[in-house]
Amino acid sequence: MWRFMVRRVLLLIPIFGVVSVIIFSLVHIVPGNPIDNLMGPGMTKAHEQQLIEKYHLDKPIPVQYLIWFKNMLHGDLGRSIVEKRPVSELLMHHLPYSLSLGLTAIAISFVLGVSMGIVSAANKNRLWDHSAMLVALFGVTIPSFWLGLILILIFAVWLGWFPVSGSGTLMSLVLPAVTVGLGGAGLVARVTRVSMLEVASKDFIVLLHAKGLGKTAILLRHILRNALIPVITILGLRIGWVLGGAVTVEIVFGRPGLGQMLITGLYRRDYPVVQGAMLLLAMGIMLGTFLADVLYAYADPRVRDQHD
Amino acid sequence: MTLLQVDGLGVRFQTREGVVEPLDDVSFAIEAGQIMGLVGETGSGKSVTAQAIMGLLPYLNGEICSGRIWLRGQDMRDLPEDRWRTIRGNQISLISQNPMTSLDPVYRVGHQIVEGMRLHLAISAREAHRRAIELMASLRIPDPERVFQQYPHQLSGGLKQRIVIAMGLCADPKLLIADEPTTALDVTVQAQIVTLFKETTRKFGIGLLLITHDLGVIAQICDTVAVMYAGTIVESGDVHSVFARPRHPYTRALLGCVPKLGMPEGALSAIPGNVPSVRTFPTGCRFHPRCEERRDCCQQAKPKMNLIGREIWVGCLKYDSQRRDCW
Amino acid sequence: MSAVDALETVAPPDNPWLRRLKKLTANKAGLAGIAIIVLLIGVAILANVLAPYSYKEQNLAEMNLAPSRTHLMGTDEFGRDVFSRIIHGSRISVYVGVVSVGLSVLIGVLIGSVAGYYGGWLDQLLSVVTDLTWSLPEILVALLLVAIVGAGLECVIIAVALTYWAQYARLIRGQILMLKTEVYVEATRSLGATDFTILFRHLFPNAIAPVLVAATIGIGQAIVLEATLGFLGMGAQPPLPSWGAMMSNGTAYLFISPWVIIFPGLAMMVTVLGFNLFGDALVDILDIREDTIR
Repeated sequence: MWRFMVRRVLLLIPIFGVVSVIIFSLVHIVPGNPIDNLMGPGMTKAHEQQLIEKYHLDKPIPVQYLIWFKNMLHGDLGRSIVEKRPVSELLMHHLPYSLSLGLTAIAISFVLGVSMGIVSAANKNRLWDHSAMLVALFGVTIPSFWLGLILILIFAVWLGWFPVSGSGTLMSLVLPAVTVGLGGAGLVARVTRVSMLEVASKDFIVLLHAKGLGKTAILLRHILRNALIPVITILGLRIGWVLGGAVTVEIVFGRPGLGQMLITGLYRRDYPVVQGAMLLLAMGIMLGTFLADVLYAYADPRVRDQHD
Repeated sequence: MTLLQVDGLGVRFQTREGVVEPLDDVSFAIEAGQIMGLVGETGSGKSVTAQAIMGLLPYLNGEICSGRIWLRGQDMRDLPEDRWRTIRGNQISLISQNPMTSLDPVYRVGHQIVEGMRLHLAISAREAHRRAIELMASLRIPDPERVFQQYPHQLSGGLKQRIVIAMGLCADPKLLIADEPTTALDVTVQAQIVTLFKETTRKFGIGLLLITHDLGVIAQICDTVAVMYAGTIVESGDVHSVFARPRHPYTRALLGCVPKLGMPEGALSAIPGNVPSVRTFPTGCRFHPRCEERRDCCQQAKPKMNLIGREIWVGCLKYDSQRRDCW
Repeated sequence: MSAVDALETVAPPDNPWLRRLKKLTANKAGLAGIAIIVLLIGVAILANVLAPYSYKEQNLAEMNLAPSRTHLMGTDEFGRDVFSRIIHGSRISVYVGVVSVGLSVLIGVLIGSVAGYYGGWLDQLLSVVTDLTWSLPEILVALLLVAIVGAGLECVIIAVALTYWAQYARLIRGQILMLKTEVYVEATRSLGATDFTILFRHLFPNAIAPVLVAATIGIGQAIVLEATLGFLGMGAQPPLPSWGAMMSNGTAYLFISPWVIIFPGLAMMVTVLGFNLFGDALVDILDIREDTIR
């Protein structure tokens, strides 16, 4: 198991390298001169020279990249042009909001999604199945910002149970988490259903009946245990995804998360901020992928041996 | 008291295209310590018979529509499901076809044996572990303690099959049903498993219903044999008698299909025609379209089982004393 | 798996298209999906005829009116009729959906089939790029592309197309990998067929089915993504009545005139539902194994 994990981590390093190159080049790809992109409001020609020196814009691009990379490893991600604070400081401020939203949402996705999937599979092609799958379909297709707005309308404005927006309290976490969670729940439900039906048709299930095991024991101890394998990998991937993918929900609910930091940076052309946020998001996604692989190997003994 | 008695068994399935009846009027008996072979081509209904005896038909959209099954004198028809659960694995065990896919891939094999044990016997985990090791050793599994901790994918086909057998035996069943236990194995491993079956059933006084299409295996270890064709039994009885002097045309043809050393070249025979689909069983005798000896009445009348000699039953109009007009 | 399967014989093959048509008519959800799609296309084509009002004409005397008999879905903050704007908005949705998915599929299938067919280092390289693109949250990829390419309707179409190509690439690559090893490919090659021929005439027809399903569902995805970008201000520019932009403008008036947000959202939901239902029905009709779609 350990060898497997170490190999996975080693594989991530070159990928991270490629990703960092892409992130770095962003400043040079977007329309506009990098210098103009870095100039904040109220700067003059004199500042231009300072900027060139500070950001090493006179050096060849690969060198610029290496300097940037080295700084990054030391935790120096530059300063926000607009806010005039170190980017790393901003990241540390925004990260907890994304994490709290993301993890809660995934918990909701898992619990709701797996339950719906089990109910669907156990009642294949009957009413519960069709209903649950319809709800799951909506979860997958509804744009999250619209769902968020509707939830605000119903639960915050009309019923007044939750605050309309804001962050920092448990109550203000509920609606955004449910919004993001429902989307994931739909996906999890569909995958769980397919997976459970597939496992249920396998040969060893008949033998379990022949052993004398009851239907519930077979369902929970054997079918579910096998069926959850692909589901778990999806959840691992989702962890990485949800950090940045929740950006519209963050905006609708006014949560200062990483996604919101990224898009605000884009609006304002505050590229150090954009780069910093993208870096952290990329790391989150890679961590999520790594987690998904590890969980997969943990859940399926056949995979463990493949990689040892 | 007979261990297993099957009388006139008929089975019905609901399929997407309607109702089919894969089994019709199947009868046989097995005594404790006896090995009976159930032989037939693919599609003859052998597995369905096993499923019926195990009470698994409801899980497969099927039901028993006629006949009776007695296990140690107890009528098994219409038993409630919770009674069945105490019987399956405990009094009757099933060993099924493909050892590659018979085990749950995410649990260690030892656990799977112990699971079956603790389901039916009130023993502690430690005791179950001990018994499982003992059982594995008696099935000649090398280094049982180590194998206990392994996962199915780490074991060879032969080892897996022994584990499946161990799972079948773990709760001291009285009747063992083995559905094509050697088909998916190498020939050398086959021989070992077959011998293992014989030893184990003799040792524990278990009755064994061995389902296979391999006549050689039947000849090797079975005491009695029943030949199935298209959902009916065409001939049954003591294995030596049936094989030495087959009476039913199908049995004869089947035995004639097996190539033997020293046969003249070009003498390989096959039975003309195909096994009928379950939806299009012929009327009257189900074998008559392919039978060399058929007469007119074979298409109209369904043959019943006729007793020949002491214990041979043949399902053919030729042996029916009431059919002298046509035969 | 059941013993009965061994007893069943294969039904004699009839015309495959008739068989598929039969399956379609038996699948009620699929029929509903098609109905919705036809309705959508019909509305988009006949927008000028169906809409009671202009989509851009402002009437400040009738701001923020609740739904009534004269304005079926109310008016927005500029007095424009929401119902008419939704009808015209369907054109944008259809346009974006179809064109961006078309582009996406083209790019994805090209890259995926090259990767799958030739294998080796080319496959490794393309696969890394594909997987990277695929694992990123689509909204972020789209935002970055918009940052590079610009805002506005056509730019959004390009951005959406470049966001989604990876899923088609993965699909077709998987299919080709599976089919590549089939015996008939070797047989064809030994008869002297070129790579091109093998790819197009033999592998594609068999490999394309899951891609068709994904593309159908992809149209819904693309419409949602365009709406999301529109919501973030990056989509079709005013006064174009993109459903996303309508919802974005309406956010400020959530408490006053929620219908401005509710109805475009409903329209979008129904549209996406239609494509999804049809896509699911296609899985059944085209006899695709469910686990290849992921």
